[in-house]
Amino acid sequence: MPIPPRILTLLIGTALVLVGLWVGQNVNLLPVDASVNAPLYDELFKVLFSIGTTLFIGIVGMVLYSLTRFRRRSDTAGEVLAVEGNLPLEILWTAIPAVVVLFVGIYSFDIYDRMGGMVPMHDHSMASMQTAQEPEEKTWAGISPASVEGEPPATAVPIEVTAMQFAFIFHYPEADIISGELHVPAGQPVSLRMTANDVIHAFWVPEFRLKQDIIPGQPTLLSFTATRPGRYPIVCAELCGAYHGGMRSTVIVEEPEDFANWVAQNSPVKATPTSSAVIS
Amino acid sequence: MTISPPSDFASTAEQPRWQRYFGFSTDHKVIGLQYLVCGFLFYFIGGALAGALRTELLTPISDFMPREVYNELLTLHGTVMIFLWIVPVVNGAFGNYLIPFYVGARDMAYPRLNAVAFWMIPPAGVLLISSYFLGGASQSGWTAYPPLSLNTAATGQVIWILSVLLLGGSSIFGAINFVGTILKMRRPGLQMMQLPMYCWAMLGTSILVLLSTPVLAGTLVLLSFDIVAHTGFFNPAMGGNAVVYQHLFWFYSHPAVYIMVLPAFGLVSEILPVHARKPLFGYTTMVYSIMAIVFLGLIVWAHHMFTSGTPPWMRLFFTIATSFIAVPTGIKFFNWLATLWGGSISLNSAVMFSCGFIVNFVFGGITGIALAQVPFDIHVHDTYFVVGHFHYIVYGGTVFVIFASIYHWYPKVMGRLLNEPLGQLHFWLTFIGLNLCFAPQHWLGLNGMPRRVAEYDPQFQFINQISSVGALLMAVSTLPFLINVIWSAYRGTVAGDNPWNALTPEWLTSSPPPEENWHGEAPLVHEPYGYGLKSPVSS
Amino acid sequence: MTTSLPGPASGQNATEHSAAESTEHHPDHRLFGLATFLVADGMTFAGFFAAYLTFRAVNPLPEGAIYELELLLPSINTVLLLVSSFTFHRAGSALKRDDRQLCRRWLLITATLGLLFLAAQLKEYFSLPFGLTDNLYGSTFYAITGFHGLHVTLGSLMILIIWWQSREGGRVSSQNRFPLEATELYWHFVDGIWVVLYGILYLL
Repeated sequence: MPIPPRILTLLIGTALVLVGLWVGQNVNLLPVDASVNAPLYDELFKVLFSIGTTLFIGIVGMVLYSLTRFRRRSDTAGEVLAVEGNLPLEILWTAIPAVVVLFVGIYSFDIYDRMGGMVPMHDHSMASMQTAQEPEEKTWAGISPASVEGEPPATAVPIEVTAMQFAFIFHYPEADIISGELHVPAGQPVSLRMTANDVIHAFWVPEFRLKQDIIPGQPTLLSFTATRPGRYPIVCAELCGAYHGGMRSTVIVEEPEDFANWVAQNSPVKATPTSSAVIS
Repeated sequence: MTISPPSDFASTAEQPRWQRYFGFSTDHKVIGLQYLVCGFLFYFIGGALAGALRTELLTPISDFMPREVYNELLTLHGTVMIFLWIVPVVNGAFGNYLIPFYVGARDMAYPRLNAVAFWMIPPAGVLLISSYFLGGASQSGWTAYPPLSLNTAATGQVIWILSVLLLGGSSIFGAINFVGTILKMRRPGLQMMQLPMYCWAMLGTSILVLLSTPVLAGTLVLLSFDIVAHTGFFNPAMGGNAVVYQHLFWFYSHPAVYIMVLPAFGLVSEILPVHARKPLFGYTTMVYSIMAIVFLGLIVWAHHMFTSGTPPWMRLFFTIATSFIAVPTGIKFFNWLATLWGGSISLNSAVMFSCGFIVNFVFGGITGIALAQVPFDIHVHDTYFVVGHFHYIVYGGTVFVIFASIYHWYPKVMGRLLNEPLGQLHFWLTFIGLNLCFAPQHWLGLNGMPRRVAEYDPQFQFINQISSVGALLMAVSTLPFLINVIWSAYRGTVAGDNPWNALTPEWLTSSPPPEENWHGEAPLVHEPYGYGLKSPVSS
Repeated sequence: MTTSLPGPASGQNATEHSAAESTEHHPDHRLFGLATFLVADGMTFAGFFAAYLTFRAVNPLPEGAIYELELLLPSINTVLLLVSSFTFHRAGSALKRDDRQLCRRWLLITATLGLLFLAAQLKEYFSLPFGLTDNLYGSTFYAITGFHGLHVTLGSLMILIIWWQSREGGRVSSQNRFPLEATELYWHFVDGIWVVLYGILYLL
């Protein structure tokens, strides 16, 4: 006995969704996650990947099925049913994508909010040190430090980043360390204040799922909390000249004690003046 | 309407004067073919440039060419492919050839302006390429973001600006002609809602060109002032603002994506019903979705700037607007599927390329929706993920449609059919090559490879080599196509006037068509997709 | 939606073809084409205005720079252009009535007004306290007014050419009004842009 078409459609649809969900949850295309942001990003990625897989397999399946099932058998085949449209059907496939898109949009904004992107930029961490000199300095919005969950922004480690052709220089104002590599403590928010000397650069750490352009003319703020100790690449992602591909650095995420040691060893404030700059 | 006597049409059609293809012809069919052939020449140049880039990327170190040259070639590749290949071909070539037929006219509304628009392209292209030999081409990518474009070699950058201004002008003149022809030149009795879908697509595209291209032109003039006259519009060192350039640039360059894909949507809508022997499903919704895409396309540009320090409200707005483009685009894809459904589909090369387009574009569209989401974009912006995404759209989308259209309309232009087995070979080589080349690039981007680099992390070497093999396959795929086009011109099966039994007006005249398109009065086609209906054509 | 767009042009005005257009077998759509072009041209200005307003909102000027401009000359210029739009219109209606003498007189007045505008603009340029490369505001000011001035220059030249061509035996006549009508449309457009420009650059 043939299965009624409606049931069949329903079954195929369910199967598609299940396949999409399985692929989205189980196929990992991303590098390790090393910041508070990264698991949030991966969550979004899985949802988008599931929806995308379902849609892609569904539509490609429709194309392949149509091409095989409705293939012209002989060249003499004449005209077939002259269907010019079907209003309910068209309303359906306007409404469904609209709902999906709306869901995706709201969901991704929830993710973005949890990452801290929707918090208006106030230069909290800098306010303490910059004091009255530049009361209302204009900055570009990156991801705000105010939102890193559970942590009052005042505890964020401030770091000044200078991007130039073709290197990043990191300056720790509290300890007065200048470094070519970025050392950050795990589990503690970090607040970058980034400036570019010449052209536009971008600060990207794939394992943090975080990127921000550094545009000359205005400092850019970016905050994150690293989680997983290790060495990860810092990549310049905006074409900045001939050696753009070589403009890379490393971020070293350390346990807080190791980070404290590193600061103590390298800070000229207490240590010998010869070790003032560690440029690797 | 004044009608010239149907005198010696036949004789002119039998003896095509090849010389006129190299002159200032005002015949829309000649101009269309001029656009097409000229576009293909630049396609091969742009393809060779891509080949050089992919060769450099076979190894993680910069060893095949100097880094400056790499940046010059990637700038030239992008500019050539967008401004000299896709935009002129999918608009100028097919638009000029088909639109007068579709509205039942003998030529475009402004034939001489039309010729001028075409003849701006070869000098602009030669100018652009020549910059490479005149001390180095622009090194700042096709986006030419300041301050980089102000700091690199000035000659190359200024030549680049001049060339793009010329091409933009050509595009605007072309759009004026399309709007005039579609709105004003319809034969008496032909209603707007009876026009073939490509007319609507070209109307929408032309609106986008008219509204957005001038903004790019103005912006590039300001950029050239910054370079030549040392003003500081976009130079932060002089108090200027580099982000304003990005806004103005993308105000054109995002609609430019629709300028490249909307005509492709139109062409597919012409091809599928003919070969499926079914009316185009949902004509009215197709028209509305084109206009919705035009409107939304104008208000989404800042999604290219999510990492440029745009304020949160702007990110929210542009994410939502961008996501909603998926709705009208989705309608079009579902309508094409419904057109195929239950049809009697001939699986020829034109249909294969059209369906290849659907598959590729859906893939690129899905990654596009993902890219519209701010948090997603923050990770993959300016990486190979984006490179993969937009090549699926412009190559897997528009270029596939260009090929489909050539298989579909070649018999009309040449009077002979293209060879089917060679066409199938061409399709499969292109399809496999494209997916091999660009699908792995998404992974590269997710895992940390930025775009526009001559050197990269050694862990990405294997995937890059796969991608380069795909590029080689795409290069090889043009061989059967070229052989086919040349061989069939002399030896192909004689097609007859209407080999596909199509109903759109261009098929209701001889192949190749006479100089003034019709032998006598233009037919009134009020059901251009009336397959299976009673009387689609009157008079 | 089906019929709301302009219907197909009928053949009645086919007789109005100029001799130069006799190879085209359709009515004259050149004015429509020009209008389409002017939409595009207007978008160039829109881009400039958008850039100017953004610069102004986002980029503070260096110490001592000024935004305020003398209003007298540009206000006179606004009046000059508005009057010239009117005089051009009079020239057009005179030509329609086949009164060439009057038409030419109005054309000459219009061209004079255009040239006066340019002279006043130049005078303003030379009296301004900032130059092209002094600061962002100066650069934008000169770019926008310069681009508009280029339009006025082109328009004035075209008016003078039409003035010459509308002499007895010239190509512009009551039968061939296209050159005059096209220039008139263009001139009104340039005036309209000036009014917006005046509002944004001088008054705001």
